[in-house]
Amino acid sequence: MTMHPILAALRKHKAGVVLIALQIALTLAIVCNAVFIIGQRIERVNRPTGLDESNLFLVSQQWVGAPSGDDAASVEKLDSLQLTDLAALRALPGVASVAPINSLPLLNSSWNGAVDHKPGDTNEGSFHGTRTTYYFSDDQALSTLGLRLVAGRNFTAADVGHQGFRDNSEPSVVILTRALADKLFPKGDALGKVIYVNGSTKPTTIIGMVERMQVPGTGTWTNSFVWNATLVPTRMDANFSRYAIRAKPGQLDAVMRAVTPALYKANPMRVLDDDSVRSFAQIRDKAYQADRGMAILMGVVALILLCVTAAGIVGLTSFWVGQRHRQIGVRRALGARKIDILHYFQIENLLIAGTGVVIGVLLALSLNMWLMSHYEMTRIPVLYVLTGVLAMLAIGQAAVFVPARRASNVPPVVATRAV
Amino acid sequence: MFAYYLQLGLRSLRRNPMLTALMVMAVGFGVAASMITWSVFRAVSGDPIPGKSSQLYTVLVDNRGPQYNDNGEPPEALTYTDATALVAAHKAAHQTLFFNVAPSVLPEGNQSLPFIADGYATNADFFNMFEVPFEYGGAWRAGDDDGRAAVAVISHELNQQLFNGANSVGREITMDRHSYRIVGVTAHWDPKPRFYDLFSHNAFGDPVQLYLPFTRAIDVAMDTSGRNNCGSNTDFGVGREAWLHGECVWVPVWVELPDPAAATGYREFLTHYAAEQQRAGRFHWAPNVRLRGVNDWLDYERVVPPESRISLMVALGFFAICMVNTIGLLLAKFMRRAAEIGVRRALGAPRREIYRQFLIEAAAVGLAGGVLGLLLTALGMFGVGLLFEPEIARLAHLDLSLVATTLLVAIAATVLAAFYPTWRAAQVQPAWQLKSN
Repeated sequence: MTMHPILAALRKHKAGVVLIALQIALTLAIVCNAVFIIGQRIERVNRPTGLDESNLFLVSQQWVGAPSGDDAASVEKLDSLQLTDLAALRALPGVASVAPINSLPLLNSSWNGAVDHKPGDTNEGSFHGTRTTYYFSDDQALSTLGLRLVAGRNFTAADVGHQGFRDNSEPSVVILTRALADKLFPKGDALGKVIYVNGSTKPTTIIGMVERMQVPGTGTWTNSFVWNATLVPTRMDANFSRYAIRAKPGQLDAVMRAVTPALYKANPMRVLDDDSVRSFAQIRDKAYQADRGMAILMGVVALILLCVTAAGIVGLTSFWVGQRHRQIGVRRALGARKIDILHYFQIENLLIAGTGVVIGVLLALSLNMWLMSHYEMTRIPVLYVLTGVLAMLAIGQAAVFVPARRASNVPPVVATRAV
Repeated sequence: MFAYYLQLGLRSLRRNPMLTALMVMAVGFGVAASMITWSVFRAVSGDPIPGKSSQLYTVLVDNRGPQYNDNGEPPEALTYTDATALVAAHKAAHQTLFFNVAPSVLPEGNQSLPFIADGYATNADFFNMFEVPFEYGGAWRAGDDDGRAAVAVISHELNQQLFNGANSVGREITMDRHSYRIVGVTAHWDPKPRFYDLFSHNAFGDPVQLYLPFTRAIDVAMDTSGRNNCGSNTDFGVGREAWLHGECVWVPVWVELPDPAAATGYREFLTHYAAEQQRAGRFHWAPNVRLRGVNDWLDYERVVPPESRISLMVALGFFAICMVNTIGLLLAKFMRRAAEIGVRRALGAPRREIYRQFLIEAAAVGLAGGVLGLLLTALGMFGVGLLFEPEIARLAHLDLSLVATTLLVAIAATVLAAFYPTWRAAQVQPAWQLKSN
């Protein structure tokens, strides 16, 4: 079959052709980018935090009328309150392990700073370390959070100290994530090396490395240091505290219910509200709510768009088939087979859709470029665009099939009627 | 004639139910998607204090220097030192400073457990500057700020919780084991976005429950529950006093300047203040100060969440595609009736009448699409909770103006889309049509 008659016929329907091509182009541009956004969000939501998240929950509480924690005596008082809580929690049946901690991955409440292998110089202001988040905890941190130690040793009870939360004393030992250790010591020999915390001149020794641990922040501002965590063996003493608790398998719900009464029993002068006891699953849910919502929205929009476009093609092609009823009859009468008529409409659609996807690819790339310049987006991989192109062509063919088959069923006798 | 054409249009909706359903659905989905995302967008990007947004400014002073500041921008709040000095200078018509507090509140009678209530430690100017409405009593007097008085203003909601909504002015409230005399109860007050509290990321959070004098909160060593940003300079010593007088920023300051001349004057005063700090040896850099108005500040802090912007864009793109689709389908629908048009034209109908008939018919399609869009928008309002954080999702609601906008946009867009198909319909040559039949 030659292209000439198809092209000649298309020239008679410029408006319809332009409309379908335009619709295919716009749909391709939006669907490609929407699917790309979905892919990115899913990847973000699924990245592991490095924690063993099952059976883990967090308690956040505040004491009523606790001292300020600004002088040695009040720090000691706060620390004894915290130790009392820890003892009460560790004595609960069903509890595997408890650690005091200032924050958890995905909690969006963080204590950030920078570490470097050179000491800071406060006069020069020349300190440019590697950004990191700090987790202040004790020797139970690794077992409670389920972090995997890949080198060195865990904290011992002797390493653990405590200080007021406005006290900036640097720790003498820390455990780093492997990502942070490798950034500081690219040769991979970080263990036992000395680093300097927050531009201080006091050395801190790296005694261990954990495989992976995410920072608490989930915003885009954390992208540059999302795996750079530093574990410090220090209990922070403030008028509030947080405890990470690992329940024994299968006992999470029971332990979560038992925690509030146990803490009130240990000391009633405190505030625990609905948000105080949260499982890690709840924390994760909240942290990624916007991402999940965005993925759902994009999915729904992409799906409806594809349907609308397919429906549009069906509508316009049906109209054309109706208009050309007689010409089809004439062709059939002159010897064209049913399959020729079917192919005619299919090839016609392929031509229109082909033009549409070429424009659509350009639109998709420019939309992606615009998103990159305004939002935190990366370049769309060719695979997404190619899949989109094939999908659009396939949808065009599927949509044209029904009206095209109706056209192929036009009997030749139509040509002789109603002249 | 209009009524007749509308009747014809509605009747023609039934003629090709398939084509009509496609069009109505395209318009309905398109307009609903746009309206749902628009309702969120208008809520997060609105002017929170329309009458006064051009008179309120937040004050920023660079206490970090070019090496540590945020690409040349001063930190987003002030140090205790700068905040108190600027407020004490009284160079603006009104000036306020505050920090977030979260004291434990003990209900009367020791019956129930204490709870945490969010509040601001601020000064008397806060209430008139931000137009806080009062249910009972009023703000404390400026003298209470200087006198470091133990007074408090509580919200309507807290008043409900503690005093069952009775007039509680003159009664006592216990916060962090200190007693305060209530001088006022605010009416429900919840401007969104909360432009003055962006430093602690509270643009869309719950409204605060109580207010107490800044000076008093400092006296009783109440800690800030908001953000405290020390930059990379953590060398401020140990203890509360050292922190208070150090270079950590945690106090937002706002001034009210009635006209641009006053703003220029205040900017000069601010530069002068920074220059003085430089002379005194505290700053080792040239004055770097900012005076940002409400809308400027909302832009700078990027209050509108990227999700809201992207979803609005996607929805508008979606709507555009639906309209392209509608143009095509209307074209098919109208051209199918070429014979009918030919007869009308041959019987003497001018082109103008053809335009009127088909545009009115398109409006009927638009109306049907709008009604479907309205239903989908109402449904979608439940769905926004999935997409945005609850504090943002609850800002979206279906009000009368949104209903009107939905219908109007649907009809206007469909009529606009109908222009080309109608033009084609009006071009139909009567002779051709009559001949071929």
